[in-house]
Amino acid sequence: MSRAPAILPTRGAWDRLTGLFWRRPGVLLLLLIALPLLWLGVVYLGSLAALLLQSFYSIDEFSGMVKEEFTLSTYAELFRAQNVDIILRTLFMAAAVTLASAVIAFPIAYYAARHAQGAMKAVCYLGIMLPLWSSYLVKVYAWKLILAKEGILTWAAAGTGTSFVIDGILSVPGLSSSSLSTSPFGTWLVFVYVWLPYMILPMQAALERVPRSMIEASADLGANRGQTFRTVILPLALPGIIAGSIFTFSLTLGDYIIPQIIGNSANFIGMAVYKLQGTAGNIPLAAAFAVVPIIIMVIYLTIARKMGAFDAL
Amino acid sequence: MHSERASLGLKIGAIVALLFLHLPILLIFLYAFTTEERSYQFPPPGLTLKWFGVAWNDRPDIWPPLYLSLKVAAISTALAMVLGTLAAAAMSRTKFFGRDQITLLILLPIALPGVITGMSLRSAFGIMEIPFSTWTIVLGHATFCIVIVYNNAVARMRRLSGAIAEASADLGANSFQTFRYVLLPNLGSALLAGGMLAFALSFDEVIVTTFTAGQQSTLPIWMLNELVRPRQRPVTNVVAIVVFLVTFLPILAAYYLTRGGSETAGMGK
Amino acid sequence: MAAAVEFRNVARHFGLVKAVDGVDLVIEEGSFFAMLGPSGSGKTTCLRLISGFESPTGGEIRIFGEDVSRVPPHLRNVNTVFQDYALFPHMSVRDNVAYGLMVKGEGKRQRLEKAEEMLELVKLSGFGSRKPSQLSGGQRQRVALARALVNRPRVLLLDEPLGALDLKLREAMQDELKALQMRLGLTFVFVTHDQHEALSMADSLAVFSEGRIAQIGTPAQVYDAPRSRFVADFVGSANVLPPDLTARLGGPARWSSLRPEQIRLSADGPLGGRVTALRYLGSGTRVAIQTEGTELAAFVPAGVPLPATGDQVRLSFAPEALNIMEGEG
Repeated sequence: MSRAPAILPTRGAWDRLTGLFWRRPGVLLLLLIALPLLWLGVVYLGSLAALLLQSFYSIDEFSGMVKEEFTLSTYAELFRAQNVDIILRTLFMAAAVTLASAVIAFPIAYYAARHAQGAMKAVCYLGIMLPLWSSYLVKVYAWKLILAKEGILTWAAAGTGTSFVIDGILSVPGLSSSSLSTSPFGTWLVFVYVWLPYMILPMQAALERVPRSMIEASADLGANRGQTFRTVILPLALPGIIAGSIFTFSLTLGDYIIPQIIGNSANFIGMAVYKLQGTAGNIPLAAAFAVVPIIIMVIYLTIARKMGAFDAL
Repeated sequence: MHSERASLGLKIGAIVALLFLHLPILLIFLYAFTTEERSYQFPPPGLTLKWFGVAWNDRPDIWPPLYLSLKVAAISTALAMVLGTLAAAAMSRTKFFGRDQITLLILLPIALPGVITGMSLRSAFGIMEIPFSTWTIVLGHATFCIVIVYNNAVARMRRLSGAIAEASADLGANSFQTFRYVLLPNLGSALLAGGMLAFALSFDEVIVTTFTAGQQSTLPIWMLNELVRPRQRPVTNVVAIVVFLVTFLPILAAYYLTRGGSETAGMGK
Repeated sequence: MAAAVEFRNVARHFGLVKAVDGVDLVIEEGSFFAMLGPSGSGKTTCLRLISGFESPTGGEIRIFGEDVSRVPPHLRNVNTVFQDYALFPHMSVRDNVAYGLMVKGEGKRQRLEKAEEMLELVKLSGFGSRKPSQLSGGQRQRVALARALVNRPRVLLLDEPLGALDLKLREAMQDELKALQMRLGLTFVFVTHDQHEALSMADSLAVFSEGRIAQIGTPAQVYDAPRSRFVADFVGSANVLPPDLTARLGGPARWSSLRPEQIRLSADGPLGGRVTALRYLGSGTRVAIQTEGTELAAFVPAGVPLPATGDQVRLSFAPEALNIMEGEG
């Protein structure tokens, strides 16, 4: 039997193309990345540039038309008392939501990361992942049902004789309203509910990385549970908590559906953006408002990066 | 020594958090059967199946938004699958200049709040005087769906032995054959999972959409309007159930397609 | 006739890292060639240069006389058994083996027949419909072997082929691979960091160090006459004698090597020393002796009386056993 040649003949266009890709790996890379890059570069970065551009335009007070001239006056409008109010309110809400999420998320994240085994692990995983992916609007709607004055919470409180708790919350200055669904307390609660999974996941990931031996070493060295938690677990979980807080903080900053449906219709940044570009037709100011969360998040991310949060993402 | 046994407090905390995450959704189902259509009275004064019939027969305003949502989700998913897969294939290759910047660019649309993506697109449409259409909605949706497909594909590629593409070439396969016979079968389920998640995300999206839809109404926008100005409240619940299922089932399927690896779907949302 | 593989001053640099630097190499057709060296010495890169997964940054590679600088991997009639086997997880064993024939357009009946033959050759007939995940490590390795051989390659490359197997299986596979190579008359090139494996299987071998070939030759040549301290040390742990000691023993004032098994413990000899440690090896005992500032090891075969730790002994050896090395080394 004659031996096959050491070099096989080229069989067609695909073989020649394969040879080209092999000799010039950059050609294949370029072919692969060109379309996605073009899309993201033109559609996304282009839009962000348009946003910035619009924020430096202004609205003509008489005609209501956009004046396409560079000006900082639109940004100056952000410093009006009512707009500063909106920004501060949103920041305060984002901080409150982040704090509550961290506290509620910790037990489940810790349990899922360090105790759940086998089937329980799958239950925890799906239990966190499904609410994360479930329809956002449906989740918000569910809370409108729960918090309604005639809804299940009022009913349950009356049944258990705990109506005073709800009344107590609603009589706090700043939260007062006729029902939870129109109180800022309700807004906060729904924010926490909707963004909670975003806090649990990075926290769980960070806790999973704490080696068991380290906890055992701490116990071995005579630390009790509380000391181990404070001195070993919490510092090691911190990057995960910060990573989670990036999500909860950023998502709250930009949301405008929840305060529109649940709460007392006080303005938040997202609502301001939406109203300004829609009914008010003031696209420049809406754009300037949309830049605010970007700036806040850049500051937040810079701080988070210094604290090592990105290793946990 | 069991220094790591879960304490009672921890268990209760975990269970309470899980219940907190899941119980509210059940109410959506319950209220679809209530006889009370003007308030959210609990417990419902009576139960009925009639709202499903009403939604099907007497509310023609539901159908156009449903069609639009399905259409947008289908087109966006198809685009995102092509672009996300291409990006993942490029990024799985050796390091190259600008790699980290491109990764950031892919992640950005999902990392920044939706209101920014929405307002940016709205600004661009304004400057370029592009009228609102199905395609303006798709533009936004496909952009944030790319990362979903991308994440799933990248995770699977990481798990695959890097050598199998080399093995294929070594055995005489050209690039096309390697893609067709080795890469596609191994990536297939991850891409499918990515596509399903992208579909679910697009079908449900409301924030970006409100900025890119103009006067058009997708199903979530229809729902949002019903929430702000309720008509027959239980009908909204019937639609909410539909939305929930259309998003829930693909997510569950995606989980089963990708389970058994560190890559399991969804970490990217 | 042209050599199976020929390297002419081949270099592969990754930026400032010189993974392969100025390698000249000739692998004759039908030989069982080993590339031996510690990790990072450039041996695996050389193998990948032959298969085409790396391209040289300098020099020339010829396969059966043909310059392959413009030939992509899939057109080189060279096949590889990968270190982690790289079996296709979604295909059955049979489809894995038939893959090379399929992509080359061979008919279904024919290729499955050949695949079955190959599975028989590697003693895996009956395993065809299983998935790779249902096989043991040793079985996977045989599938990888069959998958490569079914293409009738002109050169078979093996990347640490036995690395993942346990000791017993490894020894069995060494014999089997050798027998297979003789039977098929193919050129085998295999990469290993295990000197025993290289010495026992190869007809000739190249010892790699820092991207260059430290020595090339038959196992006997490399083992008996290492050319440098690195080779002496890496291939079979020889005693390395400094120049002054070499000179005192009658050689030139250069570094030299001396195999432990060539040293005899006797009543009279040119060297005296004190026994510091004994290590039982089964077929004999390795005796460590402190002598004139250098520690030497001697191998005492089983059955020969042993000294005790702390004993004073004298050492002798045949003058030709002292291997004088080149330069500082």
